[in-house]
Amino acid sequence: MAKAKRLCAALLLAGTLAGCATSGGNPADPLEPLNRAMFVFNDAVDDAVMKPIAKGYRAVLPGMVRTGVSNFFSNIEDVWISVNDVLQGKFQQGLEDFTRVIFNSTFGIAGVFDFASELGLPKRNEDFGQTLGSWGVGSGAYLVLPILGPSTIRDGLAFLVDTQVDPVWRIDNVPARNTAVGIRFVSRRAELLDATSVLDEAALDRYRFVRDAWLQRRRNLVYDGDPPREREEQDDDEPTK
Amino acid sequence: MKISFCLLFALLVPLAQAQQPAPDVLVKSITEEVVAILKKDQDIQAGDPKKVADLIDTKVVPHFNFIRMTRLAMARNWRLASPEQQKELAGEFKTLLVRTYSTALSNYRDQQIDYKPLRAKPEDTEVTVKSDVKQSGSSQPVSIDYEMEKTPNGWKVYDVKVGGVSLVTTYRDTFASEVKERGVDGLIKSLAAKNRQPERQKAGKT
Repeated sequence: MAKAKRLCAALLLAGTLAGCATSGGNPADPLEPLNRAMFVFNDAVDDAVMKPIAKGYRAVLPGMVRTGVSNFFSNIEDVWISVNDVLQGKFQQGLEDFTRVIFNSTFGIAGVFDFASELGLPKRNEDFGQTLGSWGVGSGAYLVLPILGPSTIRDGLAFLVDTQVDPVWRIDNVPARNTAVGIRFVSRRAELLDATSVLDEAALDRYRFVRDAWLQRRRNLVYDGDPPREREEQDDDEPTK
Repeated sequence: MKISFCLLFALLVPLAQAQQPAPDVLVKSITEEVVAILKKDQDIQAGDPKKVADLIDTKVVPHFNFIRMTRLAMARNWRLASPEQQKELAGEFKTLLVRTYSTALSNYRDQQIDYKPLRAKPEDTEVTVKSDVKQSGSSQPVSIDYEMEKTPNGWKVYDVKVGGVSLVTTYRDTFASEVKERGVDGLIKSLAAKNRQPERQKAGKT
């Protein structure tokens, strides 16, 4: 709880700074100097610790086991996803996602198998940041969080809510909790190994590439994969006929 | 009656032949062909970058409109570039995208691709072909959407969105800053320098 408060204070401070900081670049990223420093730090930690562990994890465990681990945590997450569906007024989807939990927790043996997807109930991606977005809350300044990486003021604050209700974080036994959180983190990082190798190949400026991809990704998620076209796309890309 | 039927038939046959494959059919058939080669080819599985690049060059590149992709990434700065510079830009950007794509393909393992039904009217000249890719070891499918335009030479891809992230417009800010700081030639130089870097060891292979 104290940690949450501290993070909260840091986020608010960052938000205030965002109001007055001057920067040369993207209007969505007034905190660029700060963010760049954090990005470099995160990259160093990732290279030294996270990536090697994730690679080891992938090398040691067969795909089926890794899918099982990923599914297990994904099933726990589906509870909160269905709550967010309802908060966003998507009742049908909320019901479907809750049905996923029931099916996968029972027939899927505690969520290790994702039977619901086979039955035509696809996995969805929702969190409290998206709920705020769907209520019309703007994303605020781009923010690189320590270890956790890309976020925004809105999503960073919403993440605190996500964490508060996250059953994994609420396990009473501290060593058990830390183990579960750790395994989940490694599992997610391992899923992204291919993506990060593609990123290294693609980016001219990794910081900007990650930022712009992240902001697009969040926008896409808030609109459930169907965002309205941005004005610029129509204005500038067409040659004058 | 019979004559008119024959006439109709005579008119329809060339029409049918002139018809290009539908965009979703095109994407699906190319993907299936490439995946089949990837699965069979020992050298590619061993991580031979040259072979992957060749595969992309012959099978994939002809179906992309790199000029339009570059124009989209450049946004308003496209007009600042001379026709010569535009050509150079498109060439370098193409190399970068092809290399990126090669990396993605070398990481290819057993993935399951589902195509969503195409939502388009027959007269549409721009469509989005949507697909979901399910990867082994992961619980979340990743969406891959192809933005396509109709041209006299068949349907061409002008943007690929992975999980909603456009491969093209993600470069916009980077390109704009480069042009602002170092001009169009500066951007061409940066792209060329990036393309000359030796291809990184594939993370997926270690």
